[in-house]
Amino acid sequence: MCLAIPARVVAIMDADQAVVELGGVRKDISLALLDGVVEGDYVIVHVGYALTRLDPDEAARTLAMMATAGA
Amino acid sequence: MKYVDEFRDGEVAKKLAAAIAAEVEPDRRYNFMEFCGGHTHAISRYGLPDLLPPGVRMIHGPGCPVCVLPIGRIDLTIGLALEQGAIVCTYADTLRIPASGGLSLMRAKARGGDIRMVYAVTDALRIARENPGREVVFFAIGFETTTPPTAVAIKLAEAEGLDNFSVLCCHVLTPSAIMNILESPEVRVLGTVPLDGFIGPAHVSTVIGSRPYEFFAEEYRKPVVIAGFEPLDVMQAILMLVRQVNAGRAVVENEFTRAVTPDGNRKAQDLVSEVFELRRSFEWRGLGEVPYSALRIRARYASFDAERRFGLAYRPVPDNKACECGAILRGLKKPRDCKLFGTVCTPESPMGSCMVSSEGACAAHYTYGRHRGASE
Ligand code: SF4
Repeated sequence: MCLAIPARVVAIMDADQAVVELGGVRKDISLALLDGVVEGDYVIVHVGYALTRLDPDEAARTLAMMATAGA
Repeated sequence: MKYVDEFRDGEVAKKLAAAIAAEVEPDRRYNFMEFCGGHTHAISRYGLPDLLPPGVRMIHGPGCPVCVLPIGRIDLTIGLALEQGAIVCTYADTLRIPASGGLSLMRAKARGGDIRMVYAVTDALRIARENPGREVVFFAIGFETTTPPTAVAIKLAEAEGLDNFSVLCCHVLTPSAIMNILESPEVRVLGTVPLDGFIGPAHVSTVIGSRPYEFFAEEYRKPVVIAGFEPLDVMQAILMLVRQVNAGRAVVENEFTRAVTPDGNRKAQDLVSEVFELRRSFEWRGLGEVPYSALRIRARYASFDAERRFGLAYRPVPDNKACECGAILRGLKKPRDCKLFGTVCTPESPMGSCMVSSEGACAAHYTYGRHRGASE
């Protein structure tokens, strides 16, 4: 139940709600645990709630580190 | 899918594997525990043990919320449905966990219990709104990732005056479980579970941050690398752990910087501490009673606490004697050491909790690792 993958926020609704897209599927989720989310952000969704935003720069940095086998 | 596919690239995985193989010292054994079921799942699903040199061994930890729920807690939940006539709302993963008397939530449902599977706690709130004449109980399980949503739900229920809604709180804490492992005689005295480092939780750490693990690194001299749930994340974390061990270092490092910060999600933490407080003790499957390892609902929100509302008394129930889940959760045994594995016990008819969730060690091995080498 802990498996959750990053989803893209496609619309911000009222009352801490948002619509995210996940592999072509749209889903309503809650933003009650996160401030300042905007459309286009990637968030990690867990049991219907966004837990954290994904940092694109850090993702790129990690991938670069992996590509050089952590060198 | 963005942020997923890149972290599953097979070519990069091979490079990381080569780097690990090049850096392990020939006479050294590296025993790393992946705390989370999410990592256990990734390790089995992507066959990572096949990519690792023989000196590196992964040990499954107790971080699967479904696996650590003791029978007594499921019994309480079944009682709410069958004896109190409540509508019980639960995450799907709990439905097949074996309980007393050959029951499970699924079987209790077949006996007429009104047990409903929900995806989010907000669905339980909706069910409570739709059934004003009925008691609706949410069976709240999980580590620090599912706790903040439960806190939000309790606050929403209070704000709305939803007084037929309550929560059976079984939320548990990751740092206490790690501490319990580190303090266990198998690790400290007997050395039957050699431990050279931890892969730290992915999503739990998005909430609590990387700081809570610093104590383990310092106090117990164990390196911790927080890692994402994709296969490359796990490989990279293993490489980082190998390097720490080789250098004689024991610090907290963060491989999952795209989602985890030192402080974590403060808003979520504040909501949790507003609604919940520490329990003095809580029984875990496999670990037994662990002091200050779980949460309960604060007195301020007592009317939403199913334990108080229904006067529930916890009664511990021993596991099926043949089931090795307890030893597996403590890193002492592997699924294959269990006589029931894959014969009497399968995901379709689990005998123990580790065969229920896809993050459970037995289920992960059964689904993805059955045909692999004997080392598994
Ligand atoms: S195979 Fe089944 S019975 Fe054996 S340890 Fe795993 S869950 Fe328990």
